[in-house]
Amino acid sequence: MSLDVEVKDGVDQETVDAVKELSGTYKYGWNTDIEMEYAPKGVNTDIVKLISEKNEEPEWMTEWRLQAFERWEKMTEPEWAMVSYPKIDFQDQYYYARPKSMVEKPKSLDEVDPKLLATYEKLGIPLKEQALLAGVEAPEEERKVAVDAVFDSVSVGTTFKDELAKAGVIFCSISEAIREHPELVKKYLGSVVPVSDNYYATLNSAVFSDGSFVYVPPGVRCPMELSTYFRINAENTGQFERTLIIADKGSYVSYLEGCTAPQRDTAQLHAAVVEIVIEEDAEVKYSTVQNWYPGDEDGKGGIYNFVTKRADCRGDRAKVMWTQVETGSAVTWKYPSCILRGNDTQGEFYSIAIANNMQQADTGTKMVHLGKNTKSRIVSKGISAGKAQNTYRGLVSMHPKAKNSRNYTQCDSLLIGDKCGAHTVPYIEVKNNSSRVEHEATTSKVDDEQLFYCRQRGMDEEEAVALVVNGFCKEVLQALPMEFAMEAQALVAISLEGSVG
Amino acid sequence: MLEIKNLHVKLEDEDKQILKGVDLSLEAGKVHAIMGPNGSGKSTLSYVLSGKDGYEVTEGSAHLQGEDVLDMEPEERAAAGLFLAFQYPVEIPGVGNMTFLRTAVNAQRKARGEEELSAGDFLKVVREKAKTLKIDAEMLKRPVNVGFSGGEKKRNEILQMAMLEPKMCILDETDSGLDVDAMKLVSEGVNALRDAGRTFLVITHYQRLLDHIKPDVVHIMANGRIVKTGGPELALEVEQNGYADILAEEVA
Ligand SMILES: Nc1ncnc2c1ncn2[C@@H]1O[C@H](COP(=O)(O)OP(=O)(O)OP(=O)(O)O)[C@@H](O)[C@H]1O
Ligand SMILES: [Mg+2]
Repeated sequence: MSLDVEVKDGVDQETVDAVKELSGTYKYGWNTDIEMEYAPKGVNTDIVKLISEKNEEPEWMTEWRLQAFERWEKMTEPEWAMVSYPKIDFQDQYYYARPKSMVEKPKSLDEVDPKLLATYEKLGIPLKEQALLAGVEAPEEERKVAVDAVFDSVSVGTTFKDELAKAGVIFCSISEAIREHPELVKKYLGSVVPVSDNYYATLNSAVFSDGSFVYVPPGVRCPMELSTYFRINAENTGQFERTLIIADKGSYVSYLEGCTAPQRDTAQLHAAVVEIVIEEDAEVKYSTVQNWYPGDEDGKGGIYNFVTKRADCRGDRAKVMWTQVETGSAVTWKYPSCILRGNDTQGEFYSIAIANNMQQADTGTKMVHLGKNTKSRIVSKGISAGKAQNTYRGLVSMHPKAKNSRNYTQCDSLLIGDKCGAHTVPYIEVKNNSSRVEHEATTSKVDDEQLFYCRQRGMDEEEAVALVVNGFCKEVLQALPMEFAMEAQALVAISLEGSVG
Repeated sequence: MLEIKNLHVKLEDEDKQILKGVDLSLEAGKVHAIMGPNGSGKSTLSYVLSGKDGYEVTEGSAHLQGEDVLDMEPEERAAAGLFLAFQYPVEIPGVGNMTFLRTAVNAQRKARGEEELSAGDFLKVVREKAKTLKIDAEMLKRPVNVGFSGGEKKRNEILQMAMLEPKMCILDETDSGLDVDAMKLVSEGVNALRDAGRTFLVITHYQRLLDHIKPDVVHIMANGRIVKTGGPELALEVEQNGYADILAEEVA
């Protein structure tokens, strides 16, 4: 089968420089000292109403949330994933936390609290409307990236809104979209991930506080990359964000997502929902570099990352590509999925999941082939070190009408040391006889001969491991946009620090 | 340059003695060759000197310019100027040859407290050196040694050596698997690096290589020991008569 992957040359040139620059363990573990406003702890109908009220939502939205909450109360937490963690007390955390300076909504980026601006500056995501120069040498090729910055429960600002609006692209926080573009939100919200989808998605539907919204009109190629940067700052607070992306007929958008959180002793919950609607001939690329605080070596603290991400290729020839680099979080439970509904639609999933120390990752994808001649490709690279457990869980389902469809799955696991584990759990259902599914899986150990070779040439052990592991992940790193690829390579190295010796 | 005294080495996990008292004195600016039957311990000597795991030094010492190398990490030995061209170069999937080289060069520069080479400067130097070894741009981009032919792997080792400019170069059967032209290229590469401050230890089975890289001293290793040392004529003797006479002499 021929699903073309764009191959970029020299993506890994800067690996080592970046690694050196970022040396130290978790780099984003600091917190911002800022006055916050909290809703009372716990979740109940009053909290749901309060969140809706804080966001100045219309009644239909409040209703939608309340219905979700009613369902959630009747549901039970899923236990099938290969992860274990202490029972979460859903009443012992905050569901809404916003900086006091955000109570009066800033009208422009200039009015945003300097402390918040400084926070994003320090994270390397300046909220300024400037071209991104890092890693790109030719000035003519300046690349702009628009950012929506989410801090705990609220979006603090979105860059390049006006420039995007000129192209007809709507990029704003979801709370703003609910107020300003209710017809779009009503039509699409919950249409990909239904309210009742799963325990965490249902909870998210009830209590999501903010997130990003994107609408690309028919025939428009979004003139720049869009991104959302999620920062959890407040203690004992869960982050529940919602992202809705709509690519109308024949449009194209590339979207990036980054996330970090301070280092704390108690675990924190992050339960997001991302919905993507892709109409006829449209294409969406969604890339994530997930770097939530992973907890310490003994497994204390860290983020529980329970996320539902799904793309619906509704129209014929629609295309979606998920790329994820999962290096953080204490527990990851995440399966970005593709519903290949239209005929000739394509779904791709490229994943690097790294679990070190006591981290647990259970991640993969679902490719649901409904239309004729649909194609999907899965490339998963799992790396386990320390005492970590890493599971790839994937479903490929070919429905009776999905004639002549194809899937190719490649699932590679790399072990560093002998106390960690890698597991591959593929589910395959083929309900017609003209479709084909191919699955390849390998498990290997970091090879001592390779490490010695690198060290004989002068690299220290960690540098050698980083290089070998980056090589192992190459196919996925190449699928990332350039700026992200560099960051991701550096992250691969950092998240493996202390894994050898 | 490199002083090896009474070196005894056994396998770490097994009670098997491999080197049984190796003495070698390699002066700066000289080319020494080691020949010897299969399994006599030549590669083991090169691994122990470069710090590979799995061996235990039970007796003896090795000093590089006065420093005890056996006490250093492999990367410290590399930064101190010790280089091993592997008998079997290792493949590293997904890592570009160029990236590997640059990482290695800069790691050593950093370890020695020198300024790192910028991407531009590095590129210029690599291209030039690659050209003399007839390594094309395509091969520089490919993952390290993956899918390289035997001869290409050996040429790649010499390119790494040329880039790293080590003081003490150990070449372990770099001639094996080379065609006549490649042998010439590799030898020229080595000869270009010969200078008063650099020493070579060339492990080989054949006089052929030594026609191109003229040794100053030739040693014969057998059963974990240097059993005979002489001039270039010793290699010719081996080529003609094999090891039987030399080994018989030793026993007697
Ligand atoms: N890791 C190991 N495990 C078991 N035996 C080993 C190991 N390393 C070396 N040996 C043994 O030690 C002896 C010396 O091996 P070595 O590779 O040094 O020989 P050599 O002189 O390089 O031979 P050749 O000319 O064939 O390359 C051999 O008998 C070999 O089998
Ligand atoms: Mg050998």
